[in-house]
Amino acid sequence: MTSRYYYLLRSSWLRLLELIYWPAMQMLVWGFLYTYLYDSKSSMASTGGMLLGAVLLWDVLFRGQLGFTFTFLEEIWSRNLANLMMSPLQPAELAASLMGISLIRLLIGTLPVTLLAFLLFGFNIYALGFGLIAFFINLVLTGWAIGLVVSGLIIRQGLGAESLAYSIMILLLPLCCVYYPVWVLPVWLQAAAWSLTPTYVFEGMRAILLDGVFRADLMVECLALNLVYLGIGFTTFMLLLRSARHKGMLLTMGE
Amino acid sequence: MNHFEKNPAAEDAAPVPANELPALIQPPVRHDIEAAPAIAVEDLCKKYGSHWAVDEVNFIVPKGWTVGLLGGNGAGKTTTIAMIMGLVVPTVGRAMVLGCDMALERHKVLNRMNFESPYVALPSRLTVRENLTIFGRLYGVPNLKARIEELTDDFDLGDILDRATGRLSAGQKTRVSVAKALINDPDVLLLDEPTASLDPDRAEWVRSRLRAFQKRRGATILLSSHNMMEVEQLCDLVVIMSRGQVIALGRPDELIKRFQCKDLDEVFIYLARIA
Repeated sequence: MTSRYYYLLRSSWLRLLELIYWPAMQMLVWGFLYTYLYDSKSSMASTGGMLLGAVLLWDVLFRGQLGFTFTFLEEIWSRNLANLMMSPLQPAELAASLMGISLIRLLIGTLPVTLLAFLLFGFNIYALGFGLIAFFINLVLTGWAIGLVVSGLIIRQGLGAESLAYSIMILLLPLCCVYYPVWVLPVWLQAAAWSLTPTYVFEGMRAILLDGVFRADLMVECLALNLVYLGIGFTTFMLLLRSARHKGMLLTMGE
Repeated sequence: MNHFEKNPAAEDAAPVPANELPALIQPPVRHDIEAAPAIAVEDLCKKYGSHWAVDEVNFIVPKGWTVGLLGGNGAGKTTTIAMIMGLVVPTVGRAMVLGCDMALERHKVLNRMNFESPYVALPSRLTVRENLTIFGRLYGVPNLKARIEELTDDFDLGDILDRATGRLSAGQKTRVSVAKALINDPDVLLLDEPTASLDPDRAEWVRSRLRAFQKRRGATILLSSHNMMEVEQLCDLVVIMSRGQVIALGRPDELIKRFQCKDLDEVFIYLARIA
């Protein structure tokens, strides 16, 4: 299945360009803001680096989920889903191939942008060291768990649920504390924030950038939570797929 | 002659022993996978909301036979085929393929089946070769390169093999879809309107390829079509559906005789009007 998505990617240079386009534009906007804050030598100057780091890591989460869900949507747009469901391909194999291609798309989209951030704005995200790997893995796992649920909803509800692919992550944005620490939230919302895995990553990033400390405890907790969410995501995907078979959604789904 | 004698108009496929031809409506006794008929549809029902799309449908397809599933729009053919494929779970009853209940254990037999339907398409941005390669790998086809070459010759795909599937004409797409349906040399082939978008010459050409495939492989084919001439030529048995139920079942020539019509087209029109 991964070769199917590889063929798709190489069939159009515009698709490859699109993978880089949005992260690059976002990086330029936030990069110039970072430069402005840095040059103004105001008390806000130290937050500029955090903003850029947050933007890059948010993109890992957002693009990870989008890469998973969009690759799945390709099957529906091309009316190929029934062909796959009639083949010996197991749902777990389909999910694994979607994860694989989401990772490839993510690397294509983010690696050039991290270089751009370094070349244009002197911001080196690789200075986060080992922490960056832990952040990346955790964010990608979260993206896949959400991608599984969204793909299941699309199978079950049809293309009416397509907009979830774009919008569901925005729902998480205020609670994940991407640009501000958890303590800013009202106390009653903080528990909800800590139930979301990206919160651990962004708190961890701030700990490195502000205090120079890698919070391994946060990353371990985050990984454990991610494994639970991934299990829930796959179970939900399977239940929604089963429900779609009862509702007769698989054969006629498509544009 | 009864229902269980093959249609002399259809090409001979692998012979079916007499003991594998149980009474038509009677569910087959399941001794083991090989002893069961290729397809057995037993009291099959599907309800969507308050509407019964398929209502107590029963028929069997002995191994090596071609059976035509006919009916007007909304008769329940596609839902029946979807349940046989395991894409839709029956509300009541079951669809057995090669001895396996398709609602529960479809993964045991999916590599021995394949299908072609106008409701589905192959990824349009991929070339014909890429599509055949991917599905060949999914079905675990050995010597895939040689198999693709074989299908390329059989379906005259040489000129279009490296063209994007989405850029092909409707007829070319149909040929590619049928080639994909044969990529794994299936024991059971489900075809939904396989020649609908082809000109008469190409349609006859595809039919001849399907007959050759069945003769070589001894495969079982369940075919849905609105082309009655095609059904008469290809099918050993015809199942006619209306409003989710089977309203007639028999060999094409037997049905023509039973309803005192001159051909199957007339039978179809007659039944569509009285049903």
